[in-house]
Order: sequence, then C-alpha cells, then structure tokens
Amino acid sequence: MKLKLNEISKSFGPVKANSDINLTVDCGEILGLLGENGAGKTTLMNILTGLYKPDSGSILIDSQLKEFHNPREANKNGVGMVHQHFMLVPVFSVTENIILGAEPTTIFNKIDLTNAKEKVLKISSEYNLDVDPDQLIEKLPVGIQQRVEIIKILFRDAEILIFDEPTAVLTPQEVIEFFAIIKNLKKAGKAIVFITHKLHEVLEVCDRINVLRSGKIVGEELPKKTNNKKLAELMVGRKVNLKTSRQIVEKGEVLLEVNNLSILSENKEPLLSNLDVKLHKNEILGIAGVQGNGQTEFIEALTGLRKISSGKISYFGKECKNFSPRKIHQLGVRHIPEDRQKQGLIGDFSLTENIILNTYYEKKFSNNIALNWSNAKKEAKRIIEKFDVRTNSEEIIADKLSGGNQQKLLIGREMSRSINLLIASQPTRGVDVGSIEYIHNQIVMARNKGIGVLLNSTELDEIIALSDRIIVFYEGRVIAEFPSNADPNIIGLAMAGVN
Amino acid sequence: MMNNLNKDKFDNIKTKKSLIIGLSLIFFGFVIYLFFGLGVEGQATFRLSRPTDPFALPNLILPAHSFIGLSALLIAFFGGRIIIKAPKNFTIFMALSFFLAIAAFLVWATAGKSFSLTGMLQATVVRAVPIALAAMAGIMCERVAVINIGIEGMLLAGAFAGALFGSIFGNLIGLILAILVGGGFGFILAALVVTFRVDQIIAGVAINIFVLGITSFLTNHLLKSNPELNDAPIFKSIHIPFLSEIPVLGSVFFKQNIFVYFCIFIVLISTYYLFKTAYGLRARAVGEHPKAAETLGISVIKTRFNHVIMGGMIAGFGGAWFTLGSVGRFDEGMTGGRGFIGLAAMIFGRWHPVGALFAALLFGFADSLQQKLAILRTPIPSEFLAMAPYLVTIIVVAGIVGNAKPPQAIGKAYVKEN
Repeated sequence: MKLKLNEISKSFGPVKANSDINLTVDCGEILGLLGENGAGKTTLMNILTGLYKPDSGSILIDSQLKEFHNPREANKNGVGMVHQHFMLVPVFSVTENIILGAEPTTIFNKIDLTNAKEKVLKISSEYNLDVDPDQLIEKLPVGIQQRVEIIKILFRDAEILIFDEPTAVLTPQEVIEFFAIIKNLKKAGKAIVFITHKLHEVLEVCDRINVLRSGKIVGEELPKKTNNKKLAELMVGRKVNLKTSRQIVEKGEVLLEVNNLSILSENKEPLLSNLDVKLHKNEILGIAGVQGNGQTEFIEALTGLRKISSGKISYFGKECKNFSPRKIHQLGVRHIPEDRQKQGLIGDFSLTENIILNTYYEKKFSNNIALNWSNAKKEAKRIIEKFDVRTNSEEIIADKLSGGNQQKLLIGREMSRSINLLIASQPTRGVDVGSIEYIHNQIVMARNKGIGVLLNSTELDEIIALSDRIIVFYEGRVIAEFPSNADPNIIGLAMAGVN
Repeated sequence: MMNNLNKDKFDNIKTKKSLIIGLSLIFFGFVIYLFFGLGVEGQATFRLSRPTDPFALPNLILPAHSFIGLSALLIAFFGGRIIIKAPKNFTIFMALSFFLAIAAFLVWATAGKSFSLTGMLQATVVRAVPIALAAMAGIMCERVAVINIGIEGMLLAGAFAGALFGSIFGNLIGLILAILVGGGFGFILAALVVTFRVDQIIAGVAINIFVLGITSFLTNHLLKSNPELNDAPIFKSIHIPFLSEIPVLGSVFFKQNIFVYFCIFIVLISTYYLFKTAYGLRARAVGEHPKAAETLGISVIKTRFNHVIMGGMIAGFGGAWFTLGSVGRFDEGMTGGRGFIGLAAMIFGRWHPVGALFAALLFGFADSLQQKLAILRTPIPSEFLAMAPYLVTIIVVAGIVGNAKPPQAIGKAYVKEN
C-alpha cells in the first residue's frame, strides 16, 4: 500500500505542531522521519493513526481519501504503529496483548485461545519474530516486547508500519536485530515510516529521509547522497559541531571511592551488588548500560537519596555514612538528576526560585527568617547569562522553558558554584542538538579544570564521546570496564550482559 | 545472578522471618491453652442436624479440655516446624493454626452446653452474601480502574429502594427497582469520575454521605408516618429438591433464599466474564493500561461507564438483601459498613470474584460467630463480640493485603487526547 499525506496541519493552542506537511511512502520502502524532540514527529504520526484529528489536510492510502477518527479505523485501513512507550499490558500474556481488541471468539464471547496462539505463531515464524505466546509481558526483555508490538500490528494486517523512536530503549545488539527485522518487513512489501532523532540510524536503514523541524518538512535527502553533518544542520537549522574536542589530561588523585556497595530493594532483591568504583580528579567516568540496570539506584546512593544496604562510599578520602543530600552538596558534589522535571526543577516555580532551590538557606540568600530576593535574582540573572539560558525573564516558571533551556538552567545552577565533583545523569536527554553541543563542552571544560565527572547515560554515543574511562552496568553489577577508545560493539555486548 | 553475599543475606532474612512467625505461633498455642484450656471441664456438644432433617447425623461431642489442649499443641508444633524447616510458604500453617484457634475457642465457649454448628454455618453464608455482593460490585469497578468507595451508599440505596418499592409493588418489582437505583448511582459515580474526572475517593464519599442523608430523611418523614410503606414481603427460602436433604451441606447451601443463589451465580458468571471472554479481557486492559486499550480501538470511557453501572446494579441487588432478603423493613444506616467490609474482601480476594467470595465467607463467619456466641452466654461482653467482623477486617487488611497488587491504572482518570 502507498501512503500519502497532503498538507497536514495541527495546532495545540498557539503552538503549531505540524504545518503543511507533505509526505509519501511506497510499499517496500523505509522512509526515515528525522527530527529533534518537539519537532512534531509524534504528533504527525498520531494524526496518521487516528489518535489526533488534523486541523486541515488529508490522508490518502492508495490514492483513496481516508479519515480516521480512532486507532481502530486506522488499523482497518492497514495503518499500524509501534509506539515509543510500548502499549502493552504487563500482566497479560503475549497472546492476550496481541489479540486485545481483535479477539477471535467462540460461543458466549469466549476467547478462542488455541486459534489465537496459532495465528501468533504463524506470524512470528513468517517474519522471523521469535516469541513465546504464553509468556507474561512483564517477564520479557524490552527487545522481545518490541517484537510483540510488531506482531500486534501485523496481526491486524497492517501494511503501513510506523515506528516511533524504536531504538530508544534497545541495547546496541537489540538495535542490530531490530534493523534486520525491519529490513525483513520491507522485503515483504510493507511501507515503513521510521521516526528517530539518531542520524546514523536513518543513514543505515532508510531508503529516503525527510527532515522535520518546528513542525515543517525542511528537506528530503537520500542516504547515499548525504551525511551526518548535513542532516544535523537540517535538523537544527544551523551549523553544529558534532565532535567535542577533548584533549588528554593526566588524571589526579581519587575523589570518589565506592567499596563493596550493595543495595537491596524493598522486597529484598539485590538492586546493586558489591560495587567497586573509583573516580579521579580530571577524569570523566562514563556509566554505560541499558536503563534499569542499577544506574539510577547507584546515583541515588551517591547523592544521599537512597539508603545503602552495605558497603562504603567515600568522598575525598572520608567515608560518608548516611549523609543527607544537603551534606553531600556541601562537600562540593553537584548532581544533575536524570529526570529534570521530577527531581531537578520544580516546574511551577520561577527560574529564580529554582536557582536557589538547594542553596536558599545560605547566608547570601537568607537571614533565617526571610529570603533575600534581590540577591537571588542577581544570582539567577548571572547564571541565565553565563549558561546561555534562552529566556526573556528570570520570573517565568521553569515549565515555560524548552527542555534544552531547562537543562542549561539546571547545569548552570550546579556548576556555577565551587565544585569538586559532578554527577551528571542523562544530561542531554530530550535536549536539542544545539544544547547537547553546549552541555558536552561544559562537562569537558569542568573536567579540564580538575573536577571529576561521573557521567551516566543510556546513549552509548555520548558515553564514548566524553568519557576517559567507561564502566558498564548490568543487573546491578559493573560487568566490564573499558578505556575511552574501546570498540562500541564490544561495549554494546557488555550492555547486553555478554562479557 | 545473585552473588553469594547477597544470597546469604537473603537467606538470613528468610530465616529471621520464619523464626519470628514460628515463635509467635508457639506463643499463640500457649496463650490458647492458658486462656481456654485451663479450668475447662465437660463436653462440647455440636448439633449437626436439625430435628426436621430427613437424614439426621449424630451430634459431634468433643471433650473440651483435651480438644483445646490438642489444638494448642498442634499450633505450637506448626510453629516449631516453621522454625526448623523455614519453608518458603507458611500461609498453609498459619491458616491451619487460625482454624484450630477458632475451633478451640468454639469448644471453650460450648463446653458443658450444646451448640448448632449447622445453624452457624448457615448464618455464615447468609451474612456473607451482602459482603460478597459488595465485593463483586467493587471488582467490576476496580477492574476498569475506578475505585468505588461509594458501595456502602449504593447498598443503602438498594436497601431503601427495596423496602419502599417492595412494600408498594411486591418484592419482585421492589428487587428490580433496587437494582436500577443501584445502577443509577453507578451512573452518577461514572459521570463524576470518568467524564468530569472528579477525584474517585471524594466522589465515592459524596455518594455515601448523600445516600445516608437522603434515606435518613425519607425514613423520618415518609416511612415513619406511613408504616405501610416500610413493610415489604421478604423472599422466602427455596429448598432445592434432593440437594437440600444432604446433611449439613443441604442446610448451609440449599435451603437459602434467592439472594444466596444469585450471589453464587454472579460470582461464577463474573469469573467467566472477566477471565474467559473478549469483553472481560478488554475490561481488564482498560484497568491496567488504558492508553494501550485506546490505541487498539477500545473505548476507555464507555468501558468504564458500563462496568461502573454494572457494579452499581450488583450493589443495589446486595442492598436489597438487607430488606427484601432479611427483615422486610428499612432502618437508618442498616448496612453498618458492609460495603467497606466488601471492599476489604475484594482486596483480600485479590480482585478475583472467587477469592472475594471466600474472603466474604470469612467475614460472614466472624459476623455470625458474634451473633451465635451471644446466645451461648460466654463471659466475653457482647459489645466485644460485636467487634469481631470489623476486627477481622483490620487484621486481614493490615496483615495480608499489603502484598496484593491492584489494577495498575487504579484511581487515575483517563484523559482522551484529540
């Protein structure tokens, strides 16, 4: 089937998420839709699958005009979508998830499970998507869950398949498997839309690339005739420097030492087991790993947010037993939390209030009764200027800033004061390419000045670009350590638990 | 993947837990002997049949002192076993100990007297009915992720409607109208929480307060001055041929009124519905992951409306039990918290109809126990005994429920994007 989008526009209040978008995909073709977070990719696809209604424009399938009011109508017309956040019920089995909403039934509406399982197995062998139809979703790794999602749309006879950021949650090995899967689907004559913000992925698998910026298609490229740099410029709208320059600096004394650290969960399952980590002065230590392998708990333990079960954490040669987050902060340890909206900033507070969030008690900002707002504002203005936060006032609430600017504000707050050690978790998640460049430079500069940086990121590219040394977390343990020039494929294997 | 250190720690915690539980059981056995065993004389006579039964069973006669002593010993033995063997699952031993403790208590209370066991079991079933029905109503709502705190109010509304309309139109029409009134309140709850996204707890509490107020008002201003409006014919018990003649079981299960039979029917049919049919699968999906359901073309809003209304109808039916199935007249606040106990039964039964039925039977047992023990004139004050069902609720909710996992989307309003 052939899909054509004609002049699609959609606004949310004053924000134009999509304006006049034209796009075509043919059967047996993979179209890459490249764009930054907030460029309007997901909105466009939600329109195509009937979740949103376009303000204007039309959808044509095989030259026939279509209008979808809900996902089911889109399904019926052969459009299926694999969402970025999987739409799977964790406590249901694979089969139950696949048939949900389109169940084969016998008398009295009873689900015909044997028939359903047969169909699932047939699709899974036809497209080489190996799954166990009886397994519960919550017991499956993400890569397999994605296969279930794919089978789910194939079960509904989808001919036009849309993948929204399909590789975001996968390990590098799973990404390779996934590419094999979509190439297979292409061979079977499916029309595929592949949405991503990762440049090398579109170059690797797509037949054609459309670049989306601020809700508009700003260019169409062929992988053979373009490159990373060109695509990045189209995506951001200006020149970007993708490589962070990083000269070699001799590492200094140990700043952070973690010995035999273990953490048990509430139901006494080990989250972290016997961790030994050292971080030196002038060093960026990268923590690689698929999300959910203990990195979050590790960082929470380091910053005093989580109680440890056994082991030792020492900063600057002194053990910090049961230190509160404030006490750790006072040691000069700065923390950029992985979720800026939940932990780093308070969305409803002004930029000024957010700036003094962890220092409001200091003499400069407080006389123990009232806050000194004029000093706070001065500080906010200073940080906003120094760290290039794009805003017209320090009085607006943090939610009004874009993701990149929120992150710069946060980084400014943590790095503008005397600092000995930086713990940065997902510092560039959901941030535009331009800000990524800036944030990376800040981190490298900090390290050059004699600060130790612990960098936790699920983006392996980022880890490799910045780190002097890389450790890999897997199931709550450090299963491998690599120098900065290690082969990404081998690191990827370690992330999948192969050592 | 666990390494040795953690495994040791893990085992350590496990043995510690079994040590604590084992020691408590030994202590418990000791206490039972101390309180009930010492100084008890004579025999406890349990009547298993009624004089009218066609096949009479002989009475069960137990020597009180030795029976209580043996029970206490067995409980202590279970405790010792748990300490030594540290089994993975001690629920079975705890359940057995609980059962023995109840038996010992009954024997103590009956020592030197005689007591109709069959009568108590029959009362257990009868009193479990409104609790089980409240639990079924709760399951219908919570499986689609709507918390229904308003079940108490829906029961009360059903009871009132049953009494009033039953007095005017006869019990069958009274029952149907009670169900419809319950369904009406279900609709109101659904409109509040699904359409207007009011906080689910607040909406439920509002229904409870409203129904309590309006029924009290109408009782005082309508029923008191017109006693003929509060005198409904009740449903008589129906004896099922042959089955009702089985000793003990016949009286307990097959000489009951339609509320008992329908309650069992609702439990079976809702189990089939939720876990075997396509509609049930969709309902559960809406409760677990509404967005996933919506992307597959299942209307979250409609599904929630339907099930909350269904839940309301079941609650209305359960409410009618208080009047049409029991005393035939309405009194203010006569449901006495059965709706809330039903919610506890739902959680105890892990949101499964059959589990909830058994939980309801446990609460029903506590309820009938206090009623029957009052007849035996034990030294325990009757006010204290009246606490039994609520006490059991607290113990169950505090002790066992902690581990149960509700539907994931529970309590959250669903916002449809457009």
